[in-house]
Amino acid sequence: MAKVKTFEFDTLSNHAGQRPDKDTGSRAVPIYQTASYVFRDSDAGAAMFNIERGGHVYSRISNPTTAVLEERISALEGGVGAVATASGQAAVYNAIATLVDQGGHIVASYALYGGTHNLFEYTLPRFGITTTFVDPNDIEGFKKAIKPETRLIFGETVANPKTEVFNIPEISKIAHDHELPLVIDSTTTTPYLIKPFDLGADIVVHSATKFLSGHGTTMAGLIVDGGTFDWEATDKFPQMTDKYKGFHNLSFTEEFGPAAFISRVRNEAARDFGSCLAPHSAFLVLNGTETLSVRMDKHISNTNQVVEYLDQHDMVDWVSHPNLANHPNHDLAKELLPKGSTAVFSFGIKGGREIGQVFIDRLDLFSNLANIGDAKSLVIHPASTTHQRMSVEALEEAGISEGLIRLSIGIESVDDLIEDLENGFRAAAKALKKS
Amino acid sequence: MYIDVDNQKTYIATGSREHVEGNLGMTFIHGTAMDHTVWTLAGRHFARKGLNIQAVDLPGHGRSEGSVIDSIEGMADWVIRSLDATGQDKTIIVGHSMGSLVAFDVAARYPDRITTLVMVGTSIPMPVGEVLLNSAKDDLDVAKEMVNFWSHSKSAHLGGSQVPGTWMLGKLQRLLERSGPGVIYNDLKACQDYTSGIERSKDIGCPTLLILGEDDFMTPVRNSKSLAEHIPQSRTVMLPNCGHAIVNEAPNEMLDAIATVV
Repeated sequence: MAKVKTFEFDTLSNHAGQRPDKDTGSRAVPIYQTASYVFRDSDAGAAMFNIERGGHVYSRISNPTTAVLEERISALEGGVGAVATASGQAAVYNAIATLVDQGGHIVASYALYGGTHNLFEYTLPRFGITTTFVDPNDIEGFKKAIKPETRLIFGETVANPKTEVFNIPEISKIAHDHELPLVIDSTTTTPYLIKPFDLGADIVVHSATKFLSGHGTTMAGLIVDGGTFDWEATDKFPQMTDKYKGFHNLSFTEEFGPAAFISRVRNEAARDFGSCLAPHSAFLVLNGTETLSVRMDKHISNTNQVVEYLDQHDMVDWVSHPNLANHPNHDLAKELLPKGSTAVFSFGIKGGREIGQVFIDRLDLFSNLANIGDAKSLVIHPASTTHQRMSVEALEEAGISEGLIRLSIGIESVDDLIEDLENGFRAAAKALKKS
Repeated sequence: MYIDVDNQKTYIATGSREHVEGNLGMTFIHGTAMDHTVWTLAGRHFARKGLNIQAVDLPGHGRSEGSVIDSIEGMADWVIRSLDATGQDKTIIVGHSMGSLVAFDVAARYPDRITTLVMVGTSIPMPVGEVLLNSAKDDLDVAKEMVNFWSHSKSAHLGGSQVPGTWMLGKLQRLLERSGPGVIYNDLKACQDYTSGIERSKDIGCPTLLILGEDDFMTPVRNSKSLAEHIPQSRTVMLPNCGHAIVNEAPNEMLDAIATVV
């Protein structure tokens, strides 16, 4: 059988979206640090405003540097298009705000990044949008939580910090049976480890601050449209199907077909909410994408060794990582994430919170900070930091105990990382003996 | 909007503006397994200029009901009936790929209805490779991938969309995936079988514009040149660094070229 040979991942991660600059020959993507763009003439200006020509009007809506990043991530994910945002949180919000009106409802995995949990649990209800949280392993629970006003199902590929693996194939079937899109946050996995669209997701969001940019330098987010969801199969999404007064009665599904959702994001959310990505930040994320596969392989190989080390350590109560046979999603991870599941995971230290603090404070290479996906290894105590606004019940539900320590494994020499952890455990063991 | 053609629900895009009685029409015809959305930018532009836009979904394509039509001539006759349905007496006609053959055939056989012919990504004859045709006949996914692959220039395979943030290959692939069973084969076969075109060239009495992509693998430029020579009042715009999917790769240059004959 004939096969079509398209460019592969590493080629796309270095080149997709860019044609070398015609005027200067610049090989690197130029940083177009401009707010706006000179129209060729008045009529061309009118045409740009009325979506008659491709191009840029104002950098809140699009920018040539940012557009390269948007195309690149679309190519890597296998989508139709993307919109970059100022942060991952903005990506989640803009995706939700595009799809869910006042009175709408979300069904979400309860294993979410703390910021997303805050948004769903505390902030969106102020705007009349409520969420039912479901155990990501309770597949039937997603079905049961769906209401007539539900507009989407949301989950993270591999949750942070407890590493629950979201069963995209099964839950996407439930979503589609109920004429709902599945929105997947693939921040911890990136398109290198998993392609959510191939498994049934309809929209992917990223915090590009993490592995995509990869160096802990840049706040950025991305919304990617798979172009697969049939918005017209239901009357649940008038913002996609009906005439939009905010754009001269344009119907996004009629005019943009498979790119309806991402066109609405750009022409409403980007335009009206204004959380655009700065071009310099887009440039930095683009630099990150060029080494994505190389870094992810190293993140994963280091993680594999650290997980094995922790799993056998006397000071460790438990390790939650899909590599381990006792992880509830061990088999699912092998199926969905064959290259490796995640470099962000957690473990429980003997002695609980206070001993955990001793451990963290003793570490030299692991930096104690609120981020993941840096080339450098990171550590944090979620219950007192990233997830501190969650109630005790919500923390319990999400499996975040007082003694839980989250690691984001970097790409340093793994022997040095293990030695650093060992120093931490020695200090922790001493403190535990004294207590 | 939806209209009735042959008692079948038929979709035409109007550039988001209503038709105005008495205004000149501008009819757009999509290519193999495509739909009206390939013309969205151009349709919106010329609607603003006051033309009555009729970007059709051919029967069995996009939002239009009905069975696919298995010949270029049959599609051309249907286009005339769709123009009758909307009361468009005279129109500029623009087609891409298979749609360019349909537009050509309309212009040749219904010269009184057409003021200007624009053929985008075209050649007559329009042969289709045996491997592609056979894959399409069996409705294999690889046929859609082949159409997508060969429709884009080498450089477009790495992107560089004029529409910010759009991954051109992804968008075209989704459009192809939306086409129903047998549609790709029907359309490719219709292109393959349309061999009488060159003789009809002499019947084209209106100004004609050919918009060609220099890196077109589907309808290579060498095949298009003889067509240009045969059409009495033809002019060619060659787009450098552009493949067959001109609607996708170079919408701005295509629009500018069309504007020169409107």
